[in-house]
Formats: sequence, C-alpha cells, structure tokens
Amino acid sequence: MIKYLLKRAALTLPTFIALMFVTFAMIRLVPGDPIEVRRGERGISPERLAELRHAMGLDQPVWKQFLDYVWALLHGDFGTSIVSKTPITTEFFTLFPATVELTLCAMVFAIAIAVPAGVIAAAKRGSIYDQSMMGIALVGYSMPLFWWGLMLILLMSNTLHLTPVSGRVDLIKYYYPQVTGFFLIDSLLSGEKGAFLDAVRHLILPTIVLGTIPLGAIARMTRSSMLEVLEEDYVRTARAKGLSVFRVIGFHALRNALIPVVTMIGVQLSFLLAGAVLTETIFSWPGVGNWLIHSIERRDYPALQGGIMLIASLVIVLNFIMDMLYGLINPRIRHGR
Amino acid sequence: MVAEKMAAEVLNQAPPSALRAFWYSFRENRGAVIGATIVGLVVLCAIFANVLAPYDPLEQFRGFTKLPPVWVEGGSWKYPLGTDPLGRDMLSRILYGSRISLFIGLSIMVVCAFIGTCLALLAAFVGGIVDVIIMRIMDLILAIPDLVLAILIIAVIGPNLTNTIIAITIVYLPRFVILVRASALGELSKDYVTAAKVAGVGPWRLMFSTVLPNCVAPLIIQAALGVSDAILEAAALGFLGLGAQPPLPEWGSMLADTRDLITSNPWVMALPGIAILITVLAINLMGDGLRDALDPRLRRS
Repeated sequence: MIKYLLKRAALTLPTFIALMFVTFAMIRLVPGDPIEVRRGERGISPERLAELRHAMGLDQPVWKQFLDYVWALLHGDFGTSIVSKTPITTEFFTLFPATVELTLCAMVFAIAIAVPAGVIAAAKRGSIYDQSMMGIALVGYSMPLFWWGLMLILLMSNTLHLTPVSGRVDLIKYYYPQVTGFFLIDSLLSGEKGAFLDAVRHLILPTIVLGTIPLGAIARMTRSSMLEVLEEDYVRTARAKGLSVFRVIGFHALRNALIPVVTMIGVQLSFLLAGAVLTETIFSWPGVGNWLIHSIERRDYPALQGGIMLIASLVIVLNFIMDMLYGLINPRIRHGR
Repeated sequence: MVAEKMAAEVLNQAPPSALRAFWYSFRENRGAVIGATIVGLVVLCAIFANVLAPYDPLEQFRGFTKLPPVWVEGGSWKYPLGTDPLGRDMLSRILYGSRISLFIGLSIMVVCAFIGTCLALLAAFVGGIVDVIIMRIMDLILAIPDLVLAILIIAVIGPNLTNTIIAITIVYLPRFVILVRASALGELSKDYVTAAKVAGVGPWRLMFSTVLPNCVAPLIIQAALGVSDAILEAAALGFLGLGAQPPLPEWGSMLADTRDLITSNPWVMALPGIAILITVLAINLMGDGLRDALDPRLRRS
C-alpha cells in the first residue's frame, strides 16, 4: 500500500509543477503590461515605473520570478486581489463553503433520484417505464444548464412565486453569524425562526440545475451496470434459491452494480465545479465560480491566477485521495501495473 | 428439399459489407434513427440558412423590437418567432445560429481527434520520456474543471469565435489522447503487430495503417458524442460573454442578449435554449446508436 501511495504521489508531483508553470505563464501572456493593468495609469514617469517594477520583482530574470512564485505558493501565498486588495486565499475560502454546500446538495439530489431510477429501469428492462426513464435521463444529460436555470426561474419564481431568484439568504429578514459558512447549518445554529427554511428555499433551484446533468449520467450508468450484473451467475443462483426479486436486486446485485457508479461519481466532481460556475452566475450565488467570472470582468488577473491554482490543487488532491480509496478497497488496482 | 435450397441460398450469400452491417445494427435502434433524422434536419437548416431565413440575421427592425412569437398574443406572421431587443428576427438568427454551432462542434472534434490521435500514437510508440510528458500535460488539463480551463484560456487569448474553438479543443484533448493511447497500447502487444514488425514494416506505416484502424471505433464514438459536448460548452462560453461576440447569432450569446425579456417576453428568451437542447439531444441519441452499432462490446444493452 505504501508503495502504491508513493507511486501515485510521484505521478502527482509533475502535474503540480506544470500547474504552477502554467498559472505563472498565464499572467505574463495576458495582453497589457502588468503594471498598467494593475495601476490603471497610462504614461506614468519612468522612475515610478522602475520603482513599481522593482517592488513587484518584475526587474528580475524570469526564472528567478518563477522560483519566487513557487516559493510564495509553498508558503501559502497565492497573491493579492488588485480590486479588493485582500489575499486570494482569504477571498477564496470565504466563498468556498457556498460552492461546497451547493455542490454537495446537487450531488445528493442527483444520487438520490438517479440510483433508484436506474435500478428500477434495469429491473423492468424494455418496459414503458424503462424507456421513458432513459429518455428523461438523456434529456437531463443534454441540458444546457444556463437555459434550464432561467426556465426554472421563470416557472418557479416568476410564475408560481415559490422560490427566490438569487442569493443564499434573505438579507433583509435574516442575519446570522457565519460559523461554518454552510448556511444550512448556520441558520439552524442561529435558532432564528424561519431562517433554515429560507436557506433551503434559496438552495432548491440551484441544486436542481447543477444536479441535472449528473442525474442523467448516473441514472444511465446505474442502469447499464445493473443490467450487466443481473446476467451474472450468482444472481441467477440467488433467484434459483427462491429469494424474492426485491432481495436479489436490492442486496445481491446492487452492491456490485454500484462499483462503477461510485467511480463515476468521483469523476463528476470536476464537472460539478465547472457546472457551479454557470449555476452560480445564473443565481448570483456568492461562491467561487461567480467570483472567478467577476474576476475576469474586472480584469483582476492575480485573483484569476490564484483562484485557478487553488481549484486545480483541490481537484488534484481529491483525485489523489480517491485513487488511494480505490486502492484500499480494491487490491487489484493496488497491485496492478 | 425446400430447406436444403434455402440453406444453399443462405450459404451463397456474401456476408453483408461492413457499412451494410453497421446500417442494419443502427436502424434497429429507434432513438438513434430519430436522432439522426433531427441532426440531418439541423444540418439542412445550417446549409440552407440563407434560403430559409426570411431576413438577414443582423438586420434591425427598429419599429418591431421585443415582438413575441406568432402563437402568443401580439405576435405576427411577419416575424414568426418574434424579435429580440434590437428588433432582429429570431427565426433568422436561430437558423443562422445552427451554422455557427454545428461549425464549432464539428471543427473542434475534427481538430481534437486529429491532434489527439497523433499525440496518443506518439506516446504509445515512442514511450519513455515522451509518453510521460504527454500524459502529465493531459493530467494537468484534466485537473482544471473544463469550463474553468476554457475561461482561463479565453482570458489570455481574448474572446472570439476562433479562440472559443482553440480553447475547447485544448480542453477536450485528453479524452482522445487517453482513449487512443490505451487502445494502441492494447493492440501493440498483439501478434499481428509483431508479425508486421518482423515483416519489416516501418514505424509510420505501423502507426497509421497497422495499429490505428483497430482503434478507430472508440474514436468515432467519442468524436460523435464530443460534438454535442463541444456545442454545449461553446454555448456556455457564449452565454458568459466569453464566446462568439455580438452581433454573431450564436445560440448561447443570443440567450444572454434576451435574458432580460424573462418577465416580459419569455418565449423569445426560451427559443435559443430550445434550439441548443434539441440539437444536443439529437446528437447524443445518434451517438448512442453509433456506439451500439460500431462497438458491440460497449453496447449498453
């Protein structure tokens, strides 16, 4: 296991270095002189320019600048936003819980509906239920998120007045301290009447929008994986022993059918972060995705650089942990090539 | 006697050609045929957009802004699908939009499949340090969520139609590289490759005419399904204002343009999205059928 861990870690390291190099190069490739971009001044005096260049280390050779950048990253310094003048890490981790909360809710929503739907579709293969279920799953899988979000706002908020259009909380009615950053928990902790329900109401639409594509993908995957398992000998044996269909599918087959599904849920993580950018933009959800888009609009390139560095690092670390878990669960992976 | 005759007839028949076998298998799948039909219609719309569209997609009718479609009260047959806030005819814009979306989807997949296959074969055949470098770069691309990476690339090279294609091509490269490399490595250890090597086949020929044809089925499936993903991704960039720039009638940016009509004139806002959904759905249906027909091993029963 240790050997497997080290091997995977050794594969991750070059990716990290390349990531640092790309984010470093990116900010230099952006059109416009970094000083001018930062100061917004044109035609500043040559002395002042030299001074600024020196202060930012831009008069150093490029390789030295890169090493300085790596050094700063290793010390947890991901740069400073030029708009708000606060460190990127502070901004990022203030907004990050909002994105995690939304992503987790979307994942739970998708799994809770997709797995049972996929299992039933496989069990009743070829029936009208199976066909319509897979039709819906394909529509979900093909959905343009931004359009779907606007359509739900149109139906649920503008026509039926059931849910709020944007944000995480009704700021006029409720104010509670951010203990965890997860408003579902914070609102409960605050003990304010109606605060929790308000947080839930704000979450419903973004959750559905972000969960739709994973829902379609997981339902299709569960169905095909279940169909494969149902043809195995041990399932036939279990049936021959006289076990009820429910028991065979629910206990014997499901456990094995879910293995590829779990793997796929891991893969969906990166997708969810990308989908969060769109979902957060539509619903003005104060998360990391929304912040990234605003950083581009404000030409806040250091924020963009730091934010992407942080997101990619998180994905790399999470993938590494996932790999470790698979290795732990499945010895064949551990001892494979 | 009759049975013998029939048996002889069956035996005398040549086996169906590859194309014919593919067609038999494909047409069994009703969804795939429907999908292919719709894709065909969208392609026809794109080709004949200049004939079908009643107006120029950029022409602004200042007296007729924000008109609803004909089936809503206040709509007129003059502008069957209504007009946008600048008074441009939605039907014409959606028809011309199919050109842009299909062009984006197809060009991304062609470029991506070509570069991806070359990189993958290089990685598989040369191996060693080349393999490591190529695969680490692919890991890096995969580590950044796809839309976020596309946004980053656009931020550096600037938003326009060509750069949208470049950005999404880079983002989708790993799919092809990983897929083709894996199947090429699988083929390389087989006897027929060894036989070809022994017979003195050179490395280029070995790559492209011995090994590649055996990796083509998954490649085609990936490319077909990739077209729909690329269209969605480009529309998302357009919606964020980072894709094709106005006044180009790109579906995603049209949706962003008409977003403010959500309360006053929701149909006009909904239409570009419906066009995206139908196109993507049809391509996915067709892609599923392709997969079942081309690669029985991947058949999702």
